[in-house]
Amino acid sequence: MNSIILLSVLGLGNLFLGFRRSNRLLLPVMMLILGVVLTVNFIDWNQGAQSFFNGMLTIDNFSVAFTGIVLLTALVLVPFSQKYVLDGEANLAEYYSLLLFSLVGAIMLVSYNHLLMLFLGIEILSVAMYVLAGSDKRNLRSNEAALKYFLMGAFFTGILLFGMALLYGATGTFELSQISAAVQNPVNASLTPMLYIGMLLMLIGIGFKVSAAPFHFWTPDVYEGTPTFFAAFMSTVVKTAGFAAFLKLLVQAFPAASAQGIWLPTLTAMCVLTLLIGNVGAVAQTSIKRMLAYSSISHAGYLLIALVAYNGQLEGASANGILFYSLAYSVATVAAFGVVKLVADARMREDYNGLNGLAKTNPLLAFSLTVSMLSLAGIPLTGGFFGKFFIFSAAVENGYIGLVVFAVVMSMVSIYYYLRPIIAMYMRDAEDETTATPVPVTTFQSGALLLLAALTVLLGVLPGLVAGVL
Amino acid sequence: MDQNIPQVIQTVPLQYYVFFAAALFSIGVLGVLTRRNAIIIFMCVELMLNAVNVLLTAFSAYRADPNGQVFVFFIMAVAAAEVAVGLAIIVMIYRNLQNTDVNLLNRLKF
Repeated sequence: MNSIILLSVLGLGNLFLGFRRSNRLLLPVMMLILGVVLTVNFIDWNQGAQSFFNGMLTIDNFSVAFTGIVLLTALVLVPFSQKYVLDGEANLAEYYSLLLFSLVGAIMLVSYNHLLMLFLGIEILSVAMYVLAGSDKRNLRSNEAALKYFLMGAFFTGILLFGMALLYGATGTFELSQISAAVQNPVNASLTPMLYIGMLLMLIGIGFKVSAAPFHFWTPDVYEGTPTFFAAFMSTVVKTAGFAAFLKLLVQAFPAASAQGIWLPTLTAMCVLTLLIGNVGAVAQTSIKRMLAYSSISHAGYLLIALVAYNGQLEGASANGILFYSLAYSVATVAAFGVVKLVADARMREDYNGLNGLAKTNPLLAFSLTVSMLSLAGIPLTGGFFGKFFIFSAAVENGYIGLVVFAVVMSMVSIYYYLRPIIAMYMRDAEDETTATPVPVTTFQSGALLLLAALTVLLGVLPGLVAGVL
Repeated sequence: MDQNIPQVIQTVPLQYYVFFAAALFSIGVLGVLTRRNAIIIFMCVELMLNAVNVLLTAFSAYRADPNGQVFVFFIMAVAAAEVAVGLAIIVMIYRNLQNTDVNLLNRLKF
């Protein structure tokens, strides 16, 4: 709760810095704000469950842990906005404030206890992202990304809300625990079709937000058109918060066997489809940003396995699996997007050949991208390996062997497209003048990249640090 | 008027409200899927949200539970914020393209 208040107040305060003529102060102030909020967030760790707004929000270890991931991701991502600091056209104070406000939405998503807060969280997160997707106002690709994201987002919010309304009609409440009680003991048996339709519509609505197939079609287009800095934010913060919200909904509102009969097959089908489309789609890409977009779809598939294999409690193996996976995924993805952004800004291209010879000109960038690609592919000694390991072992324990075999085959496919940037960087020579000149990197950026690489390796060597915290 | 509003709402059977809201929602969905003008698509999304509002109000009145009606206020407020952002995005596109046809937006493909 402290973090929500701090983020809102400091976000408003941050706007006033926009009146200064120079943008130079904004980046350090933004990092300071995120660092302070990250520290304050952990005051609530192990304090037991605290309720706010008449029980509509609950802050417990689950929400503190996920808030921590989201804030840490934002903190290490912010240095990569350096280009905007020097750009007189960019309204950096507004961008930063919108990021802070959307983090408030993310925190609401990981701590809601009432469907109203779920709706508000999704909207606070999304409305800010619609604006940021279109922040490159004169670039038609950015415009297109903003319009697509906005129209699709508003459409699926409508579907989510219709699901909530039907659920309310069937159960008479928006409170997660009371929904759970009403589902187990239907108020009126004739209302159950309405309950199931409402549930399915809600799954579709949240499935869109985490870009699970078949509701993934917006992801590649939007990530490609959105300025890279904000695309990185979308693919990490929005996805982490979305999956935490998804898990809360399934565990706290629909644990009943009759409800599981509906959502388990649906989610299993979505999971298989997501893994297939994400991995096969990524193979065919020539732009790294589009490859990362498909990669983020495929990782939604691995996280869906954890939802399917959940064992009934928020403190269980499944929550830990999602927590660890989100952390490993966010850390690796921020580093990947960060390097891609730096290279794309300097060399004006986003295809694989733009990376040629990067190992010679910028060894740090090449090393950092290599670590993050290996982690995303799930190679041992990186965080991504244990992320997949925990999720797969939870799924095997609960009898989803076929699903795990399929996921393992798909992650072998993923090695192909994750190795392509590494080959370009280390095995190929620079093509021309632009690829032979080093890419400029600031101290904050190299610090963030080193921290991310260290975290990835640390998670891969000592997974116990995070694995059992919930 | 000696009747209060929930009683007036309850003079129509609940199923009628559900069917009405479902029809309104379906019209909105069909509009989003078939129309090509960004503003009309946007209006269809608003239609979907209003179908939700009708449904919530009806359920709320039938259950004598204010939760649903309060939810409607939140939906209205958020929809207003969405309109502000959405129209700004459409205006931005109109300035660049002199058009709001979504078929013109085909730069992002692989």
